[in-house]
Amino acid sequence: MGKTMAEKIIGEHAGKDVKAGEIVVAKVDVAMVQDGTGPLSVQVLKEMNMERVFDKKNTVLFLDHATPSPRKELSNAHKILRDFSDKTGAYLSDVGEGVCHQRLVESWASPGQLIVGADSHTCTSGALGAFATGMGSTDVAIAFALGKVWLRVPETHRFYIHGEFPEGVYSKDLILHIIGTIGADGATYKSMEFYGPTIDKMTMESRFTITNMAIEAGGKTGMIAPDETTKKYLEEMGRGEKYREIKSDDDAIFEKEYEFDVSEIEPTISFPHTVDNTRTITEAKKENIRIDQVYIGTCTNGRIEDLRVAAKIIDGNKVNKKTRLIVIPASRRVYIQALKEGLLEKFVEAGAAIESPGCGPCVGIHKGVLADGERVLSTQNRNFKGRMGNPNAEIYLGSPATAAATAIEGKIADPRDYL
Amino acid sequence: MESIIKGRVWKFGDNISTDHIAPGRYFHLRTNLPELAKHVLEDADPEFPKKVRPGDIIVAGNNFGLGSSREHAPRIIKIAGVSCVIAKSFARIFYRNAFNIGLPLLTADTDKIDEGDELEIDLEKGIIKDLTKGITLESTPIPPFMMRLLEDGGIVEHIKKHGDFKVD
Repeated sequence: MGKTMAEKIIGEHAGKDVKAGEIVVAKVDVAMVQDGTGPLSVQVLKEMNMERVFDKKNTVLFLDHATPSPRKELSNAHKILRDFSDKTGAYLSDVGEGVCHQRLVESWASPGQLIVGADSHTCTSGALGAFATGMGSTDVAIAFALGKVWLRVPETHRFYIHGEFPEGVYSKDLILHIIGTIGADGATYKSMEFYGPTIDKMTMESRFTITNMAIEAGGKTGMIAPDETTKKYLEEMGRGEKYREIKSDDDAIFEKEYEFDVSEIEPTISFPHTVDNTRTITEAKKENIRIDQVYIGTCTNGRIEDLRVAAKIIDGNKVNKKTRLIVIPASRRVYIQALKEGLLEKFVEAGAAIESPGCGPCVGIHKGVLADGERVLSTQNRNFKGRMGNPNAEIYLGSPATAAATAIEGKIADPRDYL
Repeated sequence: MESIIKGRVWKFGDNISTDHIAPGRYFHLRTNLPELAKHVLEDADPEFPKKVRPGDIIVAGNNFGLGSSREHAPRIIKIAGVSCVIAKSFARIFYRNAFNIGLPLLTADTDKIDEGDELEIDLEKGIIKDLTKGITLESTPIPPFMMRLLEDGGIVEHIKKHGDFKVD
């Protein structure tokens, strides 16, 4: 009987053959926290008298959720992580470096690794063929000290993706469409594996958008088998030697198999307050929904490819007078590239506000908190009530292209009108 | 940990997210859990933090705890005195976090339970008695390893006791 990618990677890290459903102890390659979850991890390690890390280079503390700090309580939370880094040698990714998941794929994540992070979107790194999953502060604290975690080996749901993307439709629309189809708990505790000719042709950046949102269907992780595109990406990031092949065997057990033809998908929007509450742009436009703020950025869609698509639409246009546009590159690397390509100039000329790399308003604490009754269209991954800091506001999710078109019109707009 | 739990029910619907439980606008209170607990579930029911009493039980629909990995969510439910959460299903990061910190969760069909009902729960046997309605409900058994975490008082105490994970 063959094995899935998830079973193979967990087995390699548990030092034995494993199959879905088993609870095992597995070594971790990379463990990380961010400024919202890390201070509690440090507190747990203090309580356990285990303020140490298993591997300095691969234990990472990201300051990204509330950076630069908007208030003293958060500055003090950052200081807890700074002090922990000084004491243990763990790597501190400081203000301005970027969102943890983007930084992980740029500088750490590699095929076949087991990665745990105290952030639910840790699954993003699965696009590089790693088993990467989000956990709580205590789990990751213990991983910091012991270099291992306990895991229940997940079953796999496999998604065969084929067809050509129509113009104006992107991987964000695909993953919103998938979640709208299977539901916000459609893959609870499953490894979601994406494959097929459309995935083969997709850039790494577009793949990250898909695996980033596995958790929005309840997935334990999202995975894509490494291929030539993965190899080139790793070479570009300066760690080509980390490339290896790993894929599910054809005769592995897949608990469920799905098939999606992307040529049938339209630009897709998630309506408040759940990600699976999706509509096509054609349906959404009929409702003539005015939008007060547009946000282009985050670990889902703040990469260079996203900024290129949005800048092309925004170029020569103006942000609607009744709408604010906030643009945040996901990392310093993306920021520099966007500067070099003149993309940020285009956004600024159109009337956008550019903020420094980090999570931005997605977290709900700074850089664009909404007023009562306001509506935002964001390229982020979730739209729960209160997510962006105000439970009396509404969050709509869409692709960077849809976001750019919406910023111009001041209401939910079809990006295909601008291509 | 007590194996028999008795308490009064607060009822919630489907898809209660960690943003409902520990809203993002209180991000700065994450290093002050007793203060954060004063806002527990505020975005699902603004009066809940004032109404909840030690020993009370939260009963919900599908996919309780979806969203963020913030362990602060189960922690403040526990700090508020809630003795157990029963739902039709749980999002798995929340599920794991709750057992890690010693908050018991049961999975059961919750349709027949109403707000205000008095429940008596046998955690080990997974039996839920609705004393108000005079009915008995069965829950999905808690996996043995998760039960061991509860008995040990959470993952921190588990590691202190065994020196390592004891999964078999």
